[in-house]
Amino acid sequence: MKGKTKKTLLLLSMVLPGAIWFFLLRYIPMAGIVLAFKEYKVYTKNPGFWNNLLHSKWVGLKNFEFMFSTKDSWVYVRNTLLYNIFWIVLGLVLAVALAVILNEITQKRVAKVYQTFMFFPYFLSWVVASYFVLAFLDPTRGLLTHWQAAGGGEVINWYHEPKYWPVILTICNIWKTTGYSCVLYLAAITGIDGTQYEAAAIDGATKWQQIRYVTLPHLRTMIAILFIMNVGNIVKADFGLFYSVPMNSGSLFSTTGVIDTYVYRTMTATNNIGMSTAAGLLQQLVGFVCIMAANKIVTKIDEDSALF
Amino acid sequence: MKNKKRRINTVSRPAEAVMHLILAAFCLACILPFVFVVIISFSSQDSIREMGFSFTPKSWALDAYTYVVKLGQKLWISYFNSFFITIVGTLCTLLVTGLYAYALYRKDFKFRRFFTFFCFFTMIFGGGLAPTYVICKQFLGLSDSYAAVIIPMLLNPFNIIVMRTFFQSSIPGDLIDAAAIDGSGEYHTLFRIVVPIAKPGIATVGLLSALAYWNEWFIPMLYIRDSKYYPLQYLLQEMQSKVDFLSRNSSVIGAEAAVRASLPSDTLRMALVVLIVIPIAFAYPFFQRYIISGLTIGSVKG
Repeated sequence: MKGKTKKTLLLLSMVLPGAIWFFLLRYIPMAGIVLAFKEYKVYTKNPGFWNNLLHSKWVGLKNFEFMFSTKDSWVYVRNTLLYNIFWIVLGLVLAVALAVILNEITQKRVAKVYQTFMFFPYFLSWVVASYFVLAFLDPTRGLLTHWQAAGGGEVINWYHEPKYWPVILTICNIWKTTGYSCVLYLAAITGIDGTQYEAAAIDGATKWQQIRYVTLPHLRTMIAILFIMNVGNIVKADFGLFYSVPMNSGSLFSTTGVIDTYVYRTMTATNNIGMSTAAGLLQQLVGFVCIMAANKIVTKIDEDSALF
Repeated sequence: MKNKKRRINTVSRPAEAVMHLILAAFCLACILPFVFVVIISFSSQDSIREMGFSFTPKSWALDAYTYVVKLGQKLWISYFNSFFITIVGTLCTLLVTGLYAYALYRKDFKFRRFFTFFCFFTMIFGGGLAPTYVICKQFLGLSDSYAAVIIPMLLNPFNIIVMRTFFQSSIPGDLIDAAAIDGSGEYHTLFRIVVPIAKPGIATVGLLSALAYWNEWFIPMLYIRDSKYYPLQYLLQEMQSKVDFLSRNSSVIGAEAAVRASLPSDTLRMALVVLIVIPIAFAYPFFQRYIISGLTIGSVKG
């Protein structure tokens, strides 16, 4: 009995550092959600988190009301949803297609080389990527701008023309994420028992039919998992892509502004902690509902593919 | 089959040629921007003034790199900061993640269910950016120190899942029991028996978190104001928000007024990008080997 208590205590001591971290950096901020219903101000007499909190006024739902009273917030919600929906579909099709093609390459060593190159952008940060974009679009030195000038045509000032950014951001997103999901799908494809293809071939199935009836059904679970996760993140945007790549240029907000950059800017530029918390909270709740709904839909279609 | 060398049940030759074409084009698009930036960083300032950024510059120069070496003390500090944060951060992450994951792996741990939930719940729900920022800054006092970058990134439930799964798949429970019967203490079992077996798992989590620390610029943007703690990624982010940051604010990077006129600001920024990517490129073979398995585990079993 004594040994058992000792074991429990030792194991508890192992989780302790992590548990303290989760408590301080994840659970206390959850309680901080009350800030969404307050007008958070620094208590100048004796600043400190608790004093600030206690002396901030309760404002009820005013932060939420104010948020939706401006037209901008709706633009940000629209941008976030449209980009995500479009990219989920496009990303899925491209990654699965590339994975299937990669699997059919007969020289396996060459396929490995392709995989190596494809995966590379995943390891870079958006700040680094933003300089890649700048190399092409810089207003005076960029490759594209220079071509336009040399061709005698009109020079586009990319960082001030919002209409081009849906395309630019889509290219950036595909560039960075496709290789990663392609590798995940490829791992699932290589796990398929080779004899299934042989059996299909003996029965006279063409390559196309084999892909349609052997490969794709095997990918179903993987697609479902990634789909649920993506849909759960449908109200979340990749902050770096929307902040760093367009260089936080104010004239582009109509097409590059998303919920996450809005939350950040409300917090830092206007220092409105309450409204920023409110926006973040709404985003969380909608995301939670979306992930539950997506899981439900997947369960309806195919019970085995569900995440939980 | 026309060609006996080809295996049975493969796509036709022309079809495969098209596939190669598609894949090669995509791969080229993936690395071309980096190649372009390397070329720019070695272009001479004259060439850039005349023909802009180009894949085939008129003349080459090492100006940007000599500038970094000779005059950019602050740039070196940032580079050092990046390495320091990555190395110390990764070690701390590994230790705390490993301990937590090991306890979750132990089926005979009394509070296993509670602590599993305690960790995974944070994946589904959180306070959001503003409350987390306010708590870290005003309650925990995280600002202008290395800890202010490392602590907010210390743990990640995803890493704990990956580590626990590695323990589960590579270490049989009997081994732990046998060690206990032989009188091995809990910590002794973990560090002398479990760790050597679970090396691939530790490598995976280590590389994943090293990459995260190395690439981080958002956390420093929130908590760091003093430029002596800037990691390189954040310095680059700072530079782009002030477009001609270098020529206007040369004191920040330790230049003298006389050099300002000839400052290779375009190429210098691209050279810094190259300096950031080089360590990643060197570690790339390891990343490929360990991270793919980690990501597959994390996404399938998470």
